[in-house]
Amino acid sequence: MSDADAPLRPPLITGDKSLSDITRDICVPMERKPTGLWWAAFLVSAAALTVGVAAVWYQLVTGIGTWGLNRTVGWGFDITNFVFWVGIGHAGTLISAVLFLFRQKWRTAVNRSAEAMTLFAVMCAGIFPLIHMGRTWLAYWTLPYPNTRGPLWVNFRSPLLWDVFAISTYLLISAVFWYVGLIPDLATVRDRSQPGLRRRVTSILSLGWDGSARTWHRYETVYMLLAGLATPLVFSVHTIVSMDFATSVIPGWHTTIFPPYFVAGAIFSGLAMVLTLMLIARRVMHLEDYVTLTHIERMSLLMLSMGCIVGFAYGTEFFMAAYSGNPYEQFVFKNRALGPLSGAYWTMVTCNVVVPQLLWFRSVRRSLPLVFMIAILVNVGMWFERFVIIVTSLHRDFLPSSWAHYIPTSIEIATFVGSFGLFFTCFLIFCRIAPAIAIAEVKGAAGLKKRPAMRRVDAQSSAVAPGTVAAETAKPAGVS
Amino acid sequence: MSHRLLLATFEHEDDLIGATTAARRTGLRIVDVFTPYAVHGLERAMGLRPSRLTWVCFVCGMTGALGMLWFEHWTASISWPVNVGGKPWNSLPSDIPVAFEAAVLLAGFGSVFALFGVSRLFPGKTARTVAPRTTDDRFVLVIDETDAAFDADRVREMLEGFDVVETEERVITDRTWFRQRRLSS
Repeated sequence: MSDADAPLRPPLITGDKSLSDITRDICVPMERKPTGLWWAAFLVSAAALTVGVAAVWYQLVTGIGTWGLNRTVGWGFDITNFVFWVGIGHAGTLISAVLFLFRQKWRTAVNRSAEAMTLFAVMCAGIFPLIHMGRTWLAYWTLPYPNTRGPLWVNFRSPLLWDVFAISTYLLISAVFWYVGLIPDLATVRDRSQPGLRRRVTSILSLGWDGSARTWHRYETVYMLLAGLATPLVFSVHTIVSMDFATSVIPGWHTTIFPPYFVAGAIFSGLAMVLTLMLIARRVMHLEDYVTLTHIERMSLLMLSMGCIVGFAYGTEFFMAAYSGNPYEQFVFKNRALGPLSGAYWTMVTCNVVVPQLLWFRSVRRSLPLVFMIAILVNVGMWFERFVIIVTSLHRDFLPSSWAHYIPTSIEIATFVGSFGLFFTCFLIFCRIAPAIAIAEVKGAAGLKKRPAMRRVDAQSSAVAPGTVAAETAKPAGVS
Repeated sequence: MSHRLLLATFEHEDDLIGATTAARRTGLRIVDVFTPYAVHGLERAMGLRPSRLTWVCFVCGMTGALGMLWFEHWTASISWPVNVGGKPWNSLPSDIPVAFEAAVLLAGFGSVFALFGVSRLFPGKTARTVAPRTTDDRFVLVIDETDAAFDADRVREMLEGFDVVETEERVITDRTWFRQRRLSS
């Protein structure tokens, strides 16, 4: 018997819901006309997206000389934003795959939107290296295909190429994972909608799903396999991203701590983004009974633990630099904390290490405005972490004559704003066209057992019916 | 040929599991069960074997990993050997990350498409839901009436013991529907 059914645990959903209440509560927000608040958010996001599209068009036509990069600082906003967005995506896979393998039933309330977030974040991430290639229209040269240049193959020894494979696999597997999870819910939407466009589209996309237990049995097997595959995948993706840095010989990058440090940071920033989005979505879409304070509190605890790991990594980096006896390494870290970009460094430490410590207090974890503020600050801090790693390690070269400064141009800032526009536009559209909470998974995890008084089963049968014992103590399910 | 089927509808998963277990114990032939979500323990009650899709996943994953390792070795040391920083042509450790990604990609897509194939899920298929509410809040147990062990009165009595909401007799002639559930058509 799973512990989520035990009365000592708070219920996963509140409000005494029946199965049909769950279907209705989750489907109604997307079947109604969009609210004014949704339109306002959509217009702002679409405006940001438009700014981004214009900026991308301009730099594609003019070239990436429009960026503030120079011969010393060869990576700036572009790679910072790439690593930032890939990191955001990681929490989605953590919640949908890793917590699934750990049988954390509370994940069902947030996994659908977290997976959608993963997908959109990886799309946003992809923009930056694609543009940075310079001749974006030749991006397919990164794939090994038979060509007329030899054939000249790609260099499989380069971490940058590993990244191409890691990010594209991650995007595809996340998309499949998300879609497979959606199929039963699309069938639910299909069966409750009137004849029309919505019914036609959901009929096609739900692939003729009829709820047969044989199919469910295979489906559960495949879902578990996908979770098992996605778990090492998510660790590999950010490990490979960190190797883009760690395999170079730049002081501040050339360190073995990078893979775990990057993975922890990625999950940390992603959790902050999930919390930011869910706190808004539960209010706007009236899903307070499904994304409860318990969910917020558990995600806050995860965020706190990740924040502590990241803080520990910051300390380890400094210790290793001091202990290495390498003057270049020592200089880079002193320069990080006290040099011209020390503002970015201390913003990072404050937002990522100091502020999350407030989450040790239960009253803070249960206060929505405070959690929201902390999540936003963690997002800011994690963006600065990537900026600090990339720019402070580069701007002081081995030769003092090559030292330079880096200031982003308006085009780079506009592209960054545009990536937020893309992310939020996609997310807002997703909330309108697909169930934002996994209906079938919430039903399965809600533990809606029968009322004890209604049981008339002989002892022999009840002995073989799992859930009977819990039914004696569980909260009575509302009868529709 | 057609089959006479008995459709028993339940409101709660524990009733469904109880009735399925009891039906199977009395030797009745369970055609299928339709549920709005994955009911854990139902596969045991129905006596379903563990899915063999795990093997598909394993074979696809191995194909991806070994195929990509071979391809990396072939491109880097046979088709066009390029000296990169004096590293050996067949530098196996640096081939591992891409081989791993290929394994995950092929295993993931392979098992999902195998699921679609085995369960006959494809775009444009008309869903044959036995009752409209099986994707919402109803659980339907389908028993074969043409079976020798079927005794109408005893079955009804058994189902009522599990608070059946509704029973319905139905004749189904759809051949693919049977084939999928391993019944002779």
